[in-house]
Amino acid sequence: MSAGVLPYTVETHPVTGVYSGKLGTWLFLASEVMLFGGLFSAYVLLRVGAPEGTWPTREEAELSWKIGGFNTLTLIISSVTMVMAWASLKMHNFAKARIYLIITVLLALLFITLKLSLEYYPHWHEGLKPSTSVFFACYYTMTGLHALHILGGVVVMLYFIGPGASLWKTDPEHYTNRIECTGLYWHFVDLVWIFLFPVLYLMN
Amino acid sequence: MSDHDQGHHHGFLRTYVFSTDHKVIGVQYAVTALVFLFFGFCLMMMMRWQLAYPGHAIPVLGDLLPKLFGKDWGETNMAGGVMSPDLYNSFGAMHGTIMIFLGVVPLIVGGFGNYVMPLQIGAPDMSFPKLNMASYWVYFTGGVVMLASFFAPGGAASSGWTSYAPLSVTATQGQTWWLVGMVLLITSSLLGSVNFIVTILHLRAKGMTMFRLPFFVWAQFVTSFLLLLAFPPLEAAGVLQLMDRVAGTSFFMPQGLVVSGVVQDYAGGGSPLLWQHLFWFLAHPEVYVLILPAFGIITEIIANNTRKPLWGYRTMVYSVIFLGFTSFLVWAHHMFMTGMGTSISAFFATTTMIISIPSVILLTCLLITLYRGSIRFNTAMLFALSFLPMFAIGGLTGLPLGLPASDIALHDTYYVIGHFHYVVAPGTIFAAFAGVYFWFPKVTGRRMSEKLGKLHWFFSFIAINVVFMPMFFQGLAGVSRRLYDQTLYSWGDAMQGWTITSSWGAWALGAAQIFFIVNFFSSIKLGKRVTENPWDATTLEWSAPSPPPHGNFASVPTVHREPYEYSVPGMSTDFFPQNVSEA
Repeated sequence: MSAGVLPYTVETHPVTGVYSGKLGTWLFLASEVMLFGGLFSAYVLLRVGAPEGTWPTREEAELSWKIGGFNTLTLIISSVTMVMAWASLKMHNFAKARIYLIITVLLALLFITLKLSLEYYPHWHEGLKPSTSVFFACYYTMTGLHALHILGGVVVMLYFIGPGASLWKTDPEHYTNRIECTGLYWHFVDLVWIFLFPVLYLMN
Repeated sequence: MSDHDQGHHHGFLRTYVFSTDHKVIGVQYAVTALVFLFFGFCLMMMMRWQLAYPGHAIPVLGDLLPKLFGKDWGETNMAGGVMSPDLYNSFGAMHGTIMIFLGVVPLIVGGFGNYVMPLQIGAPDMSFPKLNMASYWVYFTGGVVMLASFFAPGGAASSGWTSYAPLSVTATQGQTWWLVGMVLLITSSLLGSVNFIVTILHLRAKGMTMFRLPFFVWAQFVTSFLLLLAFPPLEAAGVLQLMDRVAGTSFFMPQGLVVSGVVQDYAGGGSPLLWQHLFWFLAHPEVYVLILPAFGIITEIIANNTRKPLWGYRTMVYSVIFLGFTSFLVWAHHMFMTGMGTSISAFFATTTMIISIPSVILLTCLLITLYRGSIRFNTAMLFALSFLPMFAIGGLTGLPLGLPASDIALHDTYYVIGHFHYVVAPGTIFAAFAGVYFWFPKVTGRRMSEKLGKLHWFFSFIAINVVFMPMFFQGLAGVSRRLYDQTLYSWGDAMQGWTITSSWGAWALGAAQIFFIVNFFSSIKLGKRVTENPWDATTLEWSAPSPPPHGNFASVPTVHREPYEYSVPGMSTDFFPQNVSEA
């Protein structure tokens, strides 16, 4: 059965005020909040329970707020370009939307590249591994899971830039909705980083 | 399942294997889950032999399994046909995991929920059919990973279904497989729950307001929220444990841990209690995931077979919503023994007492519904009726476990096993059987045999009480739940008679399922043909053909009234379907 047969794929439902895909995305994000909420709670519990003097100071953690801050900026800009892509579609300008999507993907890849080359790689070689201490265990796990979310978003965006773009010709409104849902997810991933950055880089 | 309607015609693979039709997916879920339930039960029947006759070779299987899985496997796990302690441990862990995550939940949510819920709300399908298919196949993959783990070096996971750290972190490789399997199962239920909630909110037929929803749909609705919000923290915990095992982190590993006289090579600083918090934050709502859909199923059957409107429909709806919320606030009553402190214990004891109130309301409403009804005692109804006292026993024996003072004595004894099995086995699984007998005509267009069904019910009902009732006596006498051979202790040896009783009960219960298996398969081909509404029921699924075609309804139904309008005065029939406009 093609999705088009079902009601509220494109049009909004009179009671919830959204179309099905958007409702589904919000519900999915609610579960994501619980996932990262679980990780942040674990972080709080471990940190509060750590014996005096065992949690690394900001110097010992060797996480540069400059790199972290730059990456934060990268993600914030990518959120803006994501919105621009959606806004362009709303104004029926597919070519422009596609360019904004490509910029978003490039910014996401820049984030990952910086993370790998300036942080993970040198840290690992200095012997700061997940097994080093509970702090680094938290750091690698939380940022790693976040990076996987970024890569997931990149895959989705590449799909809508490439093969998924044909939907624009047959059902532009449906395509616009899909980009909107991708955007919601992207802002969430951005938001997770906004919490990760101060917790891991600044609060030691 | 006819797929020729509305011009939809796909090949065999698209129709029966990679189908996006909620009915096919529902049947796939139900059949897979029934197979897993049987498999999980077989593990237990073998364990019961070791418990009843420790050190004796298992009849038939003790010979057969080593031949089947090779000499090496036989020597490590079943030397001389006797189950080794390690195999016993892994069977115990996998019995729990398989029964809950691969059996019961996929059956009552994935199976019944997928098949019945869209029909009951008058929808053509689920909101996201492809997601629905993905959800099944991710579940299936998770199941395969779990089964494959039996052949991992060192065998399957053996740290209990709760996988408490640090035991689980230092365990053999099977535990890693278990974690990977769990992440897949969690992902599957996440996809499913998003789909359920959106479908219930968006695809209700015209006139189907929230308070006209059959109670089964309400139960699925609340259950979906529990799955959506409670499972991710376990996924987080699973990821952390995976890191502990694979990357050598120490999230759950304390400083200077010594295992078998060897100091473990971990940085330390982690907290074993953290695992328990994250685990039970899921696993208590999970209890309600197991029980709410069961309530939904028996509510449909009881209303239909008493030929009366449900007593207190709205009260039941409010109760089930309240249950859903409260289930997030009781998790630490599983952890009274950990020394969390009296004030935390007092908080969780209080919330636990509060959550028993809506459960009792649900039970009471159903009990009052029976009052002065002209009850039809068919097989589905017999199973549904036996749910009531069985769940009551399970629930009431839970109260002493919810209070720290009595829990400390009863914790980790057979009493706990008896308690939760009364909720899940003669509770939820009986409700699932009731559901199979009730909706079988809708799915296949044929009835199951009532004669075989009643035999199945009679022997199951007696046997299951023989299995679990002795566990209360043993638990009160202090027999620990995790012993490979309790006769080694004088206090355990004194209670061995009850263990043997219980074991024979389990095997009798296994034998009683032959009636069901024969009935199930023979009725698909030989059962009496039925029309669309064999039970004279009122809800929408009975207005669609049996079996319903692709797209479900010939014309989109309109709903005119509440779900259980039975025996309305002045009508020629004793049921008034939701979609019929006027008498």
